[in-house]
Amino acid sequence: MTPAAPVTPARLPTLLLLVCLMAFLAMPEAFSGLFAPLTRNGAAPIYTQAPLLFLTLNHLALVAAGTLAATIAAVGLAIATTRLAGLSFLPLARAVANIGQTFPPVAVLALTVPIFGFGPVPTLVALFLYGLLPIFETTLTGLTELAPEAREAATACGMTETQRLMKVELPLALPLILSGIRLSAVIALATATIGSTVAASTLGEVIISGLLTGNTAFVLQGGLVVAALAILLNEGFMLLEAIAARRAGRPSAKG
Amino acid sequence: MIDFDSVSRLYGDRPAVADVSLRVGTGEIAVIVGTSGSGKTTLLRMVNRLVEPSSGRILIGGRDNRTLPAHALRRGIGYAIQGHGLFPHRTVAENIATVPSLLGWDAKRISARVDELLSLFHLDPALFRDRMPHQLSGGQQQRIGVARALAAEPPVLLMDEPFGALDPIIREKAQEDLLAIQKAYGTTIILVTHDMDEALHLGTRIGVMDAGRLVQYDVPHAIVAAPATDFVRSLLGAGDRAFHLLSLSTVEEMIESGEAPGAAIPADMSMRAALSESLWSRREALPVAKDGRVIGRVTRAALERRGAGPQ
Ligand SMILES: Nc1ncnc2c1ncn2[C@@H]1O[C@H](COP(=O)(O)OP(=O)(O)O)[C@@H](O)[C@H]1O
Ligand SMILES: [Mg+2]
Repeated sequence: MTPAAPVTPARLPTLLLLVCLMAFLAMPEAFSGLFAPLTRNGAAPIYTQAPLLFLTLNHLALVAAGTLAATIAAVGLAIATTRLAGLSFLPLARAVANIGQTFPPVAVLALTVPIFGFGPVPTLVALFLYGLLPIFETTLTGLTELAPEAREAATACGMTETQRLMKVELPLALPLILSGIRLSAVIALATATIGSTVAASTLGEVIISGLLTGNTAFVLQGGLVVAALAILLNEGFMLLEAIAARRAGRPSAKG
Repeated sequence: MIDFDSVSRLYGDRPAVADVSLRVGTGEIAVIVGTSGSGKTTLLRMVNRLVEPSSGRILIGGRDNRTLPAHALRRGIGYAIQGHGLFPHRTVAENIATVPSLLGWDAKRISARVDELLSLFHLDPALFRDRMPHQLSGGQQQRIGVARALAAEPPVLLMDEPFGALDPIIREKAQEDLLAIQKAYGTTIILVTHDMDEALHLGTRIGVMDAGRLVQYDVPHAIVAAPATDFVRSLLGAGDRAFHLLSLSTVEEMIESGEAPGAAIPADMSMRAALSESLWSRREALPVAKDGRVIGRVTRAALERRGAGPQ
């Protein structure tokens, strides 16, 4: 019924963006001319202390690790919440997830550096805590509010709690869970830039170096790469969500 | 086969079901009828323990339904509901195969059973096996819901307003299918409805619920001829009693010998339909045919006598 069309006209700009980003990361010097007008006193237009490609991959790795950890913890917490003692556990679980969200990432860095020292770990902790809430909330909604008739039918057919979770509830909730992961990952992408203040090697390094030396070209290229990554990540997840929604028998779900 | 023994269910201090005792014999269709909120669904769901009784007990085949773990009990009891509750992420075949898979049937047996059920419900297996629920019409979804409930050949089938969402023509077809299937498998069925016509048509026995109480439980004839309370009478509809009575029997049992003009009616036509035909076609008597051969006639006078109430 619904064609699995990966390249619709709406996706064309995304593909173009991907090509531009890859070209820029592969040979940033080729774009010197573009950034030169933003520099003063003959400063370098392209950041070269570390290869931009290396910083980008590092940045993505941190985001992936933080989001993955947040996903495991938040989905686990949501499942536990729906199983344990008829949701009486919910306020506590929600409080835990909320603290992660409301505590400013900068403060998390400041508090964790004395424990873990400078490097990627404090940033990872901040990304993890910051990623919990969206995933927790969407998973909870997906597990408790979707297709109540199908969930009851699972029980009435004689599935055990675990069978119902694995065969019905999680597959049906998957599109929603993915949307939570998407939110967390996009937030993490932005949050990871501040990790470079505590010596995590991320794209934030380019921006901060630009700030310190008054080089607008650095600030802009760091910012642009992060923004492009955010858009691409968002689009990629939307595609996954649409596929998952189709698998879950909801072909009309947006995506 | 199924015994309700003084079963009550309270929500807060309000009884949804109050002290209900009834027995459903093997192979019978017990239809529970009543207005909305009278406790029909609650009563039904206590059989497969989706709801636990506050007091009393339910025996299935003589055994308390709490002796087995709930999930094991439910694998032996079919359950079909109005919203059908199909798994939207599973194909038609996977939906039907749910309980057999849980019971560990081998793949060949499951696939044969799926095809058998699809054919039974007039759905071409080759065409429907791999469809997703959202690719089916409402009537088709409803049939798959019942097929899933019957897949593991449960001795007991529970149905909660299974035909409520269907349009009248499809509903009539679904009711005929149900009667045929019940005959084929000898399944014991408890069916809940708010439609007295449906109850009279399907029920071996009819239980009437009013505000949580079972006010009458009897065969259709007795319900129509002697409603126990005003509530039962009002459910029957004041103006339709004669027609209800006539709709409960076919003309076969009142065939007499003799001639009659015009086209023959089939012997399995209800007396109600025969009376209607007699009035409409202005014939005092109608020929009756069975297996394509005219075997006698029914007269309008005899039909009128069958619709008369007690003096
Ligand atoms: N889970 C529940 N919590 C509280 N009240 C309920 C619950 N389920 C049913 N009831 C109440 O019990 C009564 C009977 O409900 P139900 O069995 O669904 O009736 P029916 O199926 O005949 O419409 C209603 O008054 C309903 O509001
Ligand atoms: Mg009901």
